[in-house]
Amino acid sequence: MAADPKQTHVATQWKHDSRFICCRFDPQGRYVFAGAEDYAIHRFEVDTGTKVTLPEHDCWVRAFAFTPDGETMISGGSDGQLVWWPVADAQPKPQRMVAAHDGWIRALAVSPDGKILASGGNDNRLKLWNIADGTLIHESPPHDSNVYSTFFHPGSEFVLSGTLLGTVKQWDVATGKLVREFDAKTLHTYNGGQAVDYGGIRSMALSHDGQYFACGGLHKASNPLGAVNEPLVELFDWESQKKKVSHISDGKKGIIWRVVYHPDAYLIGGCGGSGGGLLFFWKPDQDKPFHTVKLPDTVRDMDLHPDGLRIATAHYDHHIRISSMTAKA
Amino acid sequence: MRCDYACGTADHGIARRQFLGGLAAGSAAGIVGGLGALAQPAAAKELATSQKRVLLFFMSGGLSQLESWDPKPKTDTGGPFRAIPTSVPGTHISELLPLTAQQMHHLTIVRSVNTKENDHGKGRFMMECGRRQMAGAKYPHIGAVAAKALAPADATLPGHIHITPGGSGGRSDNAAYLGPKYASIILGNGKPPQNSARAAELTVDADSRRNAFRRQLNNRFTARRKTAETDVYTYNYEQAQQLMRQGEVFDVSKEPAADHERYGKHPFGKHCLLARRLLENGLTFVQVSHSNYDTHNENFNFHLEQVGEFDRSFSAIVSDLAVRGMLESTLIVVMSEFGRTPRINSRYGRDHWGTAWSVVLGGGRIHRGAVYGATNKNGTAVSDKEVDHGRLFHTYLQAVGLDSSQSFHVGGRELPMADPSTTAIDELLV
Repeated sequence: MAADPKQTHVATQWKHDSRFICCRFDPQGRYVFAGAEDYAIHRFEVDTGTKVTLPEHDCWVRAFAFTPDGETMISGGSDGQLVWWPVADAQPKPQRMVAAHDGWIRALAVSPDGKILASGGNDNRLKLWNIADGTLIHESPPHDSNVYSTFFHPGSEFVLSGTLLGTVKQWDVATGKLVREFDAKTLHTYNGGQAVDYGGIRSMALSHDGQYFACGGLHKASNPLGAVNEPLVELFDWESQKKKVSHISDGKKGIIWRVVYHPDAYLIGGCGGSGGGLLFFWKPDQDKPFHTVKLPDTVRDMDLHPDGLRIATAHYDHHIRISSMTAKA
Repeated sequence: MRCDYACGTADHGIARRQFLGGLAAGSAAGIVGGLGALAQPAAAKELATSQKRVLLFFMSGGLSQLESWDPKPKTDTGGPFRAIPTSVPGTHISELLPLTAQQMHHLTIVRSVNTKENDHGKGRFMMECGRRQMAGAKYPHIGAVAAKALAPADATLPGHIHITPGGSGGRSDNAAYLGPKYASIILGNGKPPQNSARAAELTVDADSRRNAFRRQLNNRFTARRKTAETDVYTYNYEQAQQLMRQGEVFDVSKEPAADHERYGKHPFGKHCLLARRLLENGLTFVQVSHSNYDTHNENFNFHLEQVGEFDRSFSAIVSDLAVRGMLESTLIVVMSEFGRTPRINSRYGRDHWGTAWSVVLGGGRIHRGAVYGATNKNGTAVSDKEVDHGRLFHTYLQAVGLDSSQSFHVGGRELPMADPSTTAIDELLV
């Protein structure tokens, strides 16, 4: 069955007693893992909605990453700890806990070969870990600001880090050396009147053909403290690093929390903020979305199911929602 | 209008005697303020050695009490930050304040503030002036009151300074009936007072002759037609002369490089170091504003930025005042116009909240290392020892040795220094 973004609708929703922060499907598509403001991780079975709570982190969890085989999930918390979990156990218990960062862990990524975990956080560092034993492999020099996002190139040769100030650094995984930088400063705003830095690289993605590199966040931040800003995705040519297009929202307000490429070559952006919850669908040669879906409540995170047909979103109104990109039954 | 306050009597500045309460106990009338000289040289001498000062930090926009002085981790309102222990056993504050945590034995947290006001302007007025804003009524800023009541009459520098994150400077209109002499001089972004440097094309000699001529004319005029307005004009000219002569007082670059490093090289660090310099040079009231805490959006990210910056500079100046023996004579206040909602909104923000929030005090007569009052488990209400802006205002004044129940005598009227319907929080005072 082919996905059709224009058919996207909320097919299922699961309510919890706390507000959600983040969500991810496991690589086999059996579960949605979600972090919530109740200091726990919650695992929902996709087919049944059955919930199992993983309370051991005991802090806000903002980031998940999975080994490609779908057997292990690693979470990163606001306490700076990494926790390894068995994905499918009836009641998962921590397999390993590593004190990884000074301050929040904001972003995690696993190399496509399943060997290395990248973590970024409020200590302005990107760190690479051996997934097999939890040992530190490399630690980057300090970035210019908090590391908001991480992303592995499909070849596992490179890992990227994106910061609050709009810096994107490409690192050589084997040596830990900086390879090059992308200029995504348009995703950062310094507001002198409010004396705040705002925006940043909230998410990164590479098109399946390896041609386009997307950095998501926000722009037009006329009032950062009041959430007056619009979503923005900057699209670069991966090889030349030239900016291809700026994906915009056609006037809607919010932040791009996550960007994911669909196998059919369009980009999906999960957006939340003062404009409510939105899903944008962009083609690589167009600035405006070819389709936009309004969700019932603001979005805080988004993920695409491995089947390419379903989208999970984490919401402020205590719901995880599963939207289907197929016609309603 | 005739000037009726420079009459040479001991009562011209203040309505009643013993206005200074504890500060001047046993030292004659202890009258200060007004444009005249101190009534008794002995009092002036004592004030010179025991002058009280106030250092106020205004956290513009409304600092979140949950991300600072009253964290509620692991509750539905707590947010992602943890609480950390401090130098006071049993007292915890937000992990965003690790350096301040080591100075808490000098400070006291009031966790039970309820001002019932969620409007920026009204809340700020209440906290800075100690009363609710009313149409037709003007009340002086705490800095104006301090300058009037504490600054030596022969002070050669202004007694009421505001250091702001931006702006060009100038003089505020916040002294109400105390008169413009006590209004704040603004040091926009820490720059010296406006026009306080002699124009380059004006030689020292020419400037001196010009001022001599001005004084000559002024003396002839005031001998026959002395008014409040002319006195203020005269005062402003003379103060400007003093400012020009003492311009280095405002030059923070004269402070050691190591201190710049310790305070932080961001503007707020520089402003705090300037505040220390001003206090050490005898200025009575210095307010340092830090922006911006009005975090309806991404409260946690913005508090991470802002409180982290505040922590370094604030902890440095608290430590320095303690080490230099200035805490006994210097009241420290950390306030906002209100706190922020325990409820976290859909944009990870917190909104305006005057119902249950915190103020921090230190120095002067304030107890050290205490926590006064409490909020409930998730911070949605005051659960113990509720206080408001009026009681805090009395407490600030009492903490620097003033009897806050007394009045100013201005234009034949007695004007209470603080809201007469309320009193200080005695338990906070030693």
